[in-house]
Formats: sequence, C-alpha cells, structure tokens
Amino acid sequence: MGNSVSLALRRFVKNNAVAYMFLLPWLAGFFALTFYPMIMSLYLSFTDYNISRPNDLNFIGLGNYIKMFVSDAKFTKSLSVTFTYVFVSVPLKLIFALLVAVLMNRQLRFVSFYRAVYYIPTLLGGSVAIAVLWKKLFSKDGIINIIIAGFTGLEASALPGWISNPKYALWTLVLLTVWQFGSSMIIFLAGLKQIPQEYYEAASIDGAGKIQQFFNITLPTLSPVIFFNLVMQMITAFQAFTQAYIISGGKGDPINSTLFYTLHLYNEGFYYRNMGYASAMAWFLLIIIAVLTGLIFKSSGSWVSYGSGD
Amino acid sequence: MDKKTVGMLKLGLTHFLIILLGLIMLYPIVWMVTSAFKPGNMIFSDASLIPKVFTLENFTSGWKGYSGVSFGTFFVNSILLCAVAVVGNIMSCTMASYSFGRLKFAAKGLWFGIMMLSLMLPAHVTTIPRYMLFNSFGWLSSKNAMVNYLPIVAPKFLAIDAFFVFLLVQFVRGLPRDLDEAATIDGCGKIGIFFRIILPLAGPAIVTTALFTFLWTWDDFFNQLLYLSDTRSFTVSMGLRAFVDASGSSDWGAVLAMSTLALVPCFVMFFALQKYFVRGIATTGIKG
Repeated sequence: MGNSVSLALRRFVKNNAVAYMFLLPWLAGFFALTFYPMIMSLYLSFTDYNISRPNDLNFIGLGNYIKMFVSDAKFTKSLSVTFTYVFVSVPLKLIFALLVAVLMNRQLRFVSFYRAVYYIPTLLGGSVAIAVLWKKLFSKDGIINIIIAGFTGLEASALPGWISNPKYALWTLVLLTVWQFGSSMIIFLAGLKQIPQEYYEAASIDGAGKIQQFFNITLPTLSPVIFFNLVMQMITAFQAFTQAYIISGGKGDPINSTLFYTLHLYNEGFYYRNMGYASAMAWFLLIIIAVLTGLIFKSSGSWVSYGSGD
Repeated sequence: MDKKTVGMLKLGLTHFLIILLGLIMLYPIVWMVTSAFKPGNMIFSDASLIPKVFTLENFTSGWKGYSGVSFGTFFVNSILLCAVAVVGNIMSCTMASYSFGRLKFAAKGLWFGIMMLSLMLPAHVTTIPRYMLFNSFGWLSSKNAMVNYLPIVAPKFLAIDAFFVFLLVQFVRGLPRDLDEAATIDGCGKIGIFFRIILPLAGPAIVTTALFTFLWTWDDFFNQLLYLSDTRSFTVSMGLRAFVDASGSSDWGAVLAMSTLALVPCFVMFFALQKYFVRGIATTGIKG
C-alpha cells in the first residue's frame, strides 16, 4: 500500500518536475509580483496607509472608496476626462485603422513599405520625445497654428493655444492616440487577408456594390478581430499615462482638463504618498475595466460572428 | 474609357491617397528631425522641412544634458537597461513558453488561464505594493545606479510580461512535433529538447521578443519615473523630460535635437528588423 502511494507520487513528480522547473520563473514572478501585490493593494485600499508614516496605519473600511465620490472633486474630474478620452479615441483609432487597412488590402506594389510608414507613429508615439514634440507643435506659437493660418488666411496669433486651452487640451491627446493606429491596422490587414476572395466574387455576381460588400462581408468576417482589438485597445487606453504626464506637466493642466485617471492615481500615491487611497483608485480602475470588458464580451454574441470556421 | 484605363486610374488614386495620408502622418516627425538642424531662432516660424541654414549647434548644446550629466550618460544607461531587460525576458519567457506550449503537467490549464488573464490586468493594481517591496529591499535608496535599475529589470527575469510568454507559446505550439519524437528516440530528454530543438527553432519569435522588449523598455516612462531619482542613473526618457523642464522654453532647438536622437535607436531597430515587427503584432494582436 505505502509502496504504491510512493510509486504514484514518484511518477507524479517524474511527469511534472521538468515542466514545473521551466515554469518556475513565471510562477515565482506571478506570486511575488502579481498575486501578492494584488492582495496587498486590496488590503491597503481599506486603510489610510501613507508611506511617509508607515507605522501609523489605520483600517478605515470603505473610507477611501467613499472619499472618491464624496470629497475628491479631482477624482470625478479624472473619471470624466478618462472616459471621454477612451470612448472617443478608441473607436476613432479602430475606424481609421480599418479604413486604411481596407485601402491597402489589394494587390498593390509597395504595400509593405506603406505599412511600415503607417506604423512609424505607433513605433515612436509612446515616447517622451514625441510627447515633447506634440506639446510644442500644438502650442500657441507652434507649427500647427502657422499651418492653419497659412491655409485659412487667419492671423496665427488669433488662433488658440491648443495645449494651454482647457477646451482643447484633451483633444490634442486624443489626436496623438488616434495617430498611432498602426498596430491595429496591421492586425486588421492580417485579418483581411484571411477572407476568401470567393465571398466577394459571389457577392458581386449577386450585384452587391463595394459598400454593401464592406458591410455584409468584410465587417462580419472581421468581427472577431475587431472585437479583440476593441478589448485590448480599451484596456490600454484606460492606462494611458506618459503623454498626459509630459504634455500637462505632470498635473493634468490646464485646470485638470487632461487629468487622466492614472495621473491622479500617480500623484495621490507617489506625490502625496497616500498609498492607501491610490490603491483604492487602482482597484476601482480594475473594476471599471473588468465591467466594461464583461459588457463587450456579453454584447459580442450579437455582433461577433465566428463563421463556420475553416 | 475602357476597363483597363479605369482600373489604372483607380490604382493610381489608391496610391495617391495612401501616399498623401502617409505624408500628413509623418509630417510632425520629419519636421522635428529637420528642425533639429535649423538655428534655434528660426525653428518656430518655419513650417518647412528643409533647413535654410544648416547647423549642428542644437546637438552640441543639447548633448551637454541636464545638471552636469550629459546625454551620453543617459544613452549608456538606457542601452544597459534595455540589454539586461532583453536578456531577462528571453530567458524567462522562453522557459515558460516551453512548458505551456509543449509539455504536459498537472494544473496546466489553470496556470495558462491565469497567465492569459494577467495580460489584461491594469499595471496599477500591483504598482504600489511592488514599490513598497522594492523599497524594503533597499533598491530605491541605494547610491549604486545598478541597484536602482533592479526594480525595472529584475521582474523581467520572472517572465512578468505575459505578452511575450503568449507570443512564444503561440510560436512553440506551431513547431513540428516529429522533431521532439526523433530526439526522444535518440535519447534526448525534455531539457535537451528545449535547448537543442525549441530554442534554435524559435529564433524568429525570440527576435520579436527582443525587439519589443527593447522598444518598450526604451520608451517606458512610468517605471523609470517611479524608480529612478538620481540624475546619474537617468535614462534617455527621464533625461529628456528633465532637460525639457529645465531648458524648455529657452532652447527648443536643443530639445528637438535630443528628441530626435532619442528616437534613432527605435528607427534603426524597426528598419533593420521590420518583418519581425509585423509577425509580433499580427500573431498576438496586442499592443503597440
């Protein structure tokens, strides 16, 4: 009896040892740098922990979560800024990516060159360098105003400072994001190549025009790819940080018009060192993203078609 | 007009549209690069892409850097940080991908599911405890710049970027299994198969991993902002930000020159290894 147990155990170890050995770095990383920190930040979110006075930690229940909506006007502002940013920039980016991908999805010469050129903004766009450039381009005396003045005949000095005006600042960030549609475009292009040509031939024999073909063939067949892009881009957009930080000088200026959620979180946690409150904000962000992802998944039944498969 | 002419016209129009849009998209970047060679006082009145007067003074004045530390130091720091991150990601992510993509083991489905879920996890949920953890190790307060980099590079050795694990798993799954079987018959164990078959054949996916790790570490700002406080340990991103804050409105020529230089490594990587990019983006469909 004892023998067969130890035999089974030995067999179990023999079958699993190598696999777990190769998995060890990932497992260690998961537990030490993902799982434990998640539990820890959940716990901190119910406390008033401040890293400058670590020994004075009090359990305050839902206090941080209540504070967000009751007494932190900046929080509600950051929520509305971020939602506006996500809900405008993500659809625009995907629409652009899809249109350009459709335009390129034919027997064109130089397609790989064009594809590379369109990817360049995505390649560089997340950097501090481009954020710095953007800030300068859209300033009151920036090149964008000179170009607009050149085309319209208006005085450049009569045009607004796009970065310094709270009405427009967020839209320069939206534009910066939409500009980086390159990777979505490449994914769409790969998806478009999978659509069998016969579908289109059959449709044009039936008398369907190009636009009908786009809505009746391209969109439905591509819907799984669109779905996937939508989810991933939304998650990324909620976490946007660098561009807003650089362009707004780290504070979400002018008058909090570019105060992204992550910017507020960063300032609370690492500038004011209210790490309990920042943890609560992080968990609330997780909840927002989870709920929205869930909603997209739920809605996908009605618009994502996985076809018959081939 | 006959059909052929109409077809040619349509084709021409498509090319024209693509090129026009491409030019508009690239204008800001090209403007930045060419303006870096314009004299400082001429930059902002000049939307053109050709410097009327060609000068290198922006580069020489910008290179001096920030508070006595030159951009040379920032570049060396960034390259070092990226190199270590690349090594870490390749080692840890190929190991994990071999398990997930090739081996059978208990609770595999559970771990794989967790790994995929972690792809979607917003980084901020783990940021603060990680910061506290690294702080308790003394990595933040150390005077040694190499130790200051540990919070950024050490996690790479623990396959923390699930994106690359996923990318490599996809690739490893696609490798023919006959090779493993032949190797097993020849007496090669599971560890031998990893080193002699999987690693050599996964070359392209490893290059993709190295490339994206390099670029994202090069461009990363959030982690560097969190963990690097000593100017001498600053990377290009951090150095550039500090430089702009310090000299911003006074010397935009130098700022543009240094921004241009900051992008050069990304450009070089991209054009040298273009096909790996497309594969990386198209097979996993994530990020960018």
